[in-house]
Amino acid sequence: MRPPFASPLLRDAVLVAGIAGVLAFPFVGLLLTTQGTAPTLSTRFPEFAGAVVLIFFGRLGISAARRGHSLFPIVLGIAMATVGAFSLLFETTGMAADSAAPWHAFVPGTFLATVASAGGVAIAVVAGRNHLLRDSVPVAQKPLPMKQLLLWTGIALAGVAIVLPLLPAVDRRLIDVATLVLTYVMLGWGLNIVVGLAGLLDLGYVAFYAVGAYSYALLSVTFGWSFWVCLPLAGALAALFGILLGFPVLRLRGDYLAIVTLGFGEMIRIILLNWYDFTNGPDGISNIGRPSFFGFQFAAKPAEGTESFHTLFGIAYDPVHRLIFLYYLILALALLTNAFTLRIRRLPVGRAWEALREDEIACRSLGVNPRNTKLSAFAIGAMFAGFAGSFFATRQGFVSPESFTFIESAILVAIVVLGGMGSQIGVAVAAIILVGLPEYFRELQEYRMLAFGMGMVLIMLWRPGGLLTHREPTIRTRPQPASA
Amino acid sequence: MTPLLKVSGVRTFYGAIEALRGVDIEVAEGEIVTLIGSNGAGKSTLLMTICGNPQARAGEIRFADRDITRFRTWDIVRLGIAQTPEGRRIFPRMTVLENLQMGAVANPDADFDDGVRRAFELFPVLGQRRNQSGGTLSGGEQQMLAIARALISRPKLLLLDEPSLGLAPRLARQIFAVLREINRASGTTIFLVEQNAYHALRLCHRGYVLANGVVTLEGTGSELLQNPAVQAAYLGGTGQ
Repeated sequence: MRPPFASPLLRDAVLVAGIAGVLAFPFVGLLLTTQGTAPTLSTRFPEFAGAVVLIFFGRLGISAARRGHSLFPIVLGIAMATVGAFSLLFETTGMAADSAAPWHAFVPGTFLATVASAGGVAIAVVAGRNHLLRDSVPVAQKPLPMKQLLLWTGIALAGVAIVLPLLPAVDRRLIDVATLVLTYVMLGWGLNIVVGLAGLLDLGYVAFYAVGAYSYALLSVTFGWSFWVCLPLAGALAALFGILLGFPVLRLRGDYLAIVTLGFGEMIRIILLNWYDFTNGPDGISNIGRPSFFGFQFAAKPAEGTESFHTLFGIAYDPVHRLIFLYYLILALALLTNAFTLRIRRLPVGRAWEALREDEIACRSLGVNPRNTKLSAFAIGAMFAGFAGSFFATRQGFVSPESFTFIESAILVAIVVLGGMGSQIGVAVAAIILVGLPEYFRELQEYRMLAFGMGMVLIMLWRPGGLLTHREPTIRTRPQPASA
Repeated sequence: MTPLLKVSGVRTFYGAIEALRGVDIEVAEGEIVTLIGSNGAGKSTLLMTICGNPQARAGEIRFADRDITRFRTWDIVRLGIAQTPEGRRIFPRMTVLENLQMGAVANPDADFDDGVRRAFELFPVLGQRRNQSGGTLSGGEQQMLAIARALISRPKLLLLDEPSLGLAPRLARQIFAVLREINRASGTTIFLVEQNAYHALRLCHRGYVLANGVVTLEGTGSELLQNPAVQAAYLGGTGQ
């Protein structure tokens, strides 16, 4: 039976939009800018109105879909998605840039347009699904072949990542954002070894990232060694720090371990900040060696007697070559981390990590040395952070303690936890959402962290156990099954 | 012949509380020995002390003529003492096969495939569930998995802490039958702590009664079954 579509829906939507309007007016509607010394108050009424209207229709669609309507929310969702997509298209293709009018598109602002289109699609999909499921007799659900599904998702993601810089629509900015996201994917995968597999909540992971970055920076600046020489050294140094820090703290468990690792993370940063003679303190280290393409520099004018990348291949110099090279470099490093993790899960030490997370007492009683096992997880996780740190240093050409604050550790832990502890693809998707979204919404300036928060809230609402909670067994039925 | 396991004068403390007050126990090779006693008598503490956690504050534990009193748990296990800790403690998110793989840690030389085959012979239901995660098994199946996991390393001595806890009587009988079979077929020595005194005493060759941290009675299984004090206290006789 179809509940009568009537005023309760409208009343509810008006109420929610009203609340949103009251909340949004000071945040969105008013803009305080400083010109010279005098602060001036300007208004952003189109954005404000757009947000309120969007919330009104969104709420209307959500509650209609919840109450079992199908036609209305589907139409509404599609309409929202279309309007949002058109605005987005106008915005990104720059067609609207010529017109000075604030109403340059139907929905002002990339952020609102994206929310409108994504929300519209979501409403339409939910309502459509409800409609399809309403009359169907529940059948025995066949379990999804998760293994295949994950495998193909992984291959698809990797494929997109590999061809991304070659796509015509991709510009410098997107490659930059993708490189940043991949750095976090790699760090997330590294931390996943410690938190996801071994179950050691490490809130100071950024310390190893910093050790890697500074190792590379100092080795490169002091000795002039190349990136490829310094990379393994930085990884080894970070792993050594992992062992040094891990040794005293790994007797602790759970909350206590988390607090102590947090403290160690801060200690490293403060040492970097204050040991001026060695680290150059808050001024940081600059002029760090850039990576070369197997010895060929990415330079417009190669040094005397050397060839650079573009002369080697006989192509015109383009600064984007270096960005693309950096992109592929971090992609390769990240995929290496992933391959390593997938492999080690099948080896006794990796299996012991997972078992240790599940039940430490059982592990002891099976002959696992918990201290050594935890230390190995800590050291290997730290090593990958060290690799990522080297990459960070060479990409920026500059490191300072400012880049290694607690918020980085917090974001990484959020990526691992929200991705679904231990799930490689989940971590990658969470990194894209948590790091990619705020970068994509740069136009929101300081409010872009709202996008970060929104991503987090959405994941918590929909997937409270993490994006992907499926755990793929590391061993399957043997060729000669025992008599069962 | 020296016994496989010899516990002499062991005293164990939890802080200032003395849980074991000088316990002497011997387990000969190939035997099934059971330890019964009421709640809080110190049965589990004795098993855990043999495994080095907590360590005995006084006394000596010898295994295969070696003083293991000060060894760490994981080193003791690697000498050939497997244990199924109280509460089964299987790995819930790992599959049955993965759980069994963890059993191989203590003895990497043991033939894993052969161990799995034997495990599935003893517990066919585990073979059917080999790719299922441990947490989805029933209580009895989890207990079977815990025993099978402990056997993978082909231990000389198997320590069991209350394998029948929380199991239906039929399942408990099945577990005890399998234990007898393990002992008979491969000569594995078994030291069993049980509250289910009747089944345990019928299964074992010899038994000990532990009360308030000391051994109060010992004898063969049938002797203890006949003992009026044991009957009254542990076999549901008319309590005194």
